[in-house]
Amino acid sequence: MSKDVFVFVEQRDGAIAKVGIELIGEATRLAAKLNEKVVAVLLGSGIKNKANMCIEYGADKVVVVDAPELAEYLTDPYARAIETVIKKYDPEIFIYGATSIGRDLAPRVSARIHTGLTADCTGLDIQPDPKAEDPSKAQLLLYMTRPAFGGNLMATIICRDYRPQMATVRPGVMQALDKDTSRKGEIEEVKVEFKPEDSRVKIRQILKEEKKSADITEAKVLVSGGRGIGGPQGFGILKDCAKVLGGEISSSRACVDAGWIEKDRQVGQTGKTVRPDLYMACGISGAIQHLAGMEQSNYIVAINKNDTAPIFDVADLGIVGDLKVIVPKLTEAIKKVKASKEVKKD
Amino acid sequence: MKIVVCVKQVPDTTEVKLDPKTNTLIRDGVPSIINPDDKAGIEAALELKEKLNDGSTVTIVSMGPPQADVALREALAMGADEAYLLSDRKFGGSDTYATSTIVAAGVKKIGFDIVITGRQAIDGDTAQVGPQIAEHLGVPQVSYAEDINVEGNKVIVKRKYEDREHILELPIPCLITALSELATPRYMSVKGVMDAYRAKEVKVLTFEDLKDMFNPDYIGLKGSPTNVFKSFPKQAKGKGEFYPDLSADEAVNTIVTKLEEKHII
Repeated sequence: MSKDVFVFVEQRDGAIAKVGIELIGEATRLAAKLNEKVVAVLLGSGIKNKANMCIEYGADKVVVVDAPELAEYLTDPYARAIETVIKKYDPEIFIYGATSIGRDLAPRVSARIHTGLTADCTGLDIQPDPKAEDPSKAQLLLYMTRPAFGGNLMATIICRDYRPQMATVRPGVMQALDKDTSRKGEIEEVKVEFKPEDSRVKIRQILKEEKKSADITEAKVLVSGGRGIGGPQGFGILKDCAKVLGGEISSSRACVDAGWIEKDRQVGQTGKTVRPDLYMACGISGAIQHLAGMEQSNYIVAINKNDTAPIFDVADLGIVGDLKVIVPKLTEAIKKVKASKEVKKD
Repeated sequence: MKIVVCVKQVPDTTEVKLDPKTNTLIRDGVPSIINPDDKAGIEAALELKEKLNDGSTVTIVSMGPPQADVALREALAMGADEAYLLSDRKFGGSDTYATSTIVAAGVKKIGFDIVITGRQAIDGDTAQVGPQIAEHLGVPQVSYAEDINVEGNKVIVKRKYEDREHILELPIPCLITALSELATPRYMSVKGVMDAYRAKEVKVLTFEDLKDMFNPDYIGLKGSPTNVFKSFPKQAKGKGEFYPDLSADEAVNTIVTKLEEKHII
């Protein structure tokens, strides 16, 4: 009989990814509706000491697989470890972050285990099986909601007949619980027997970016450019503005495709989902795919020459005008305001 | 070497608009295209073939309705050697698991050394079918490839993820999923288009052709572990303040005032 809500807690170089903590938080809500437990699954090498952190953030139990094969992410050894955990515990639900790792690992596991997987979910819920004849005796299912069709539609997906019910979940969407060092839980270590085919892929080299490139999902302020900035040099004036605001620059897909800026600054359906305190969209028309990645931002300012641009439909403050004139003036004006406040503090 | 590229014909979602009155998708007149990541995969396969220059071939495989023929002809016109369309009413309604089961059966039937798929399709955005095909084929996978090279009997792939890049060594056979940054697709040549419609053919494989390669209970709507319970248009966020005709200085003042109100500055 399958049971419990399992969460894959992702780590890189021994640091737990934020999405894993968010998913533990969401899993506690799902598990409460099922009256079951939250089990965090932690894979890595020399990772045992991180297990307690999963408990502090809400896990009832942590399953740890600590093996040198799991030091750096590779599909085969990770899939073997998850397969072993699933076969040992028979989870009811298994959720993963929709990160590069989760979106590579979870489909491989789903094909091996023969179960369903729903990608990139933005909402999870527990409800009775809609087809049950007697709703009071209906089995409780995981309802997985995700954007489809480039963010134009939302679809709710269920997996009735196979276990675990699996989903990858967008980072930044679910709420983590507050850390509570008094929480208690079990830690169990699982040994995995790796097979020769798990080491078919060899790592020749790991290249890490010298300067850790800014993570736009962490920024409080994003000044974002679209096709309307006119070229790579257009990011210069946005950068100046972002700097005085203590933020970062980001971009729509058009600029990434044109090679004006790196892919890791792209906001939207095929880029990152962001929810900063301020999102300033400059020369971004607001394709639905872009809106999908930023409309949860706290305050949205849009500057665009075209008064019918769809970005204005989601902007809290919409300004029709030339960003190349407005943004540099704005940067200066913000500098002045900030300087005057500094003086007042003294 | 036989390089097989899996492609999907998709509606160009950048052209899809919402009907503001009914809040439903306007699909009429939306053009169908080869999914962008897949098209980069085709280009990468063609470049690899040209670089190897040893009689290697590029085969395109797509699952879809008969109309997907157009996408396969386009791939042939770009220079692919052969194309297969996996098409049958029994394949309809497949989720990613069932789709990967069918495509893997087709790829197995056709034969392969390297399989390339796009990372994800722009209509479904799942990124699941590539890794699932790899599992069904029993070969290793590498996702998010930015560069592919062959050295002897090894494939060297540079892949990007999050804050790092890996340079990985894979045996042959293997499966690689392509980012659209992997290669910039070439245009079809006039001769290529002529060849695609006159000299080359799109071979169709149906359920009958593939039924020994998969479990028939695992395909189509019935064989799909996941089902769509409902779909609905996204709730649009309400429009805020809108100033269509401020001077630049007025605009700046308005923005600064708001940012102060919101304690952002």
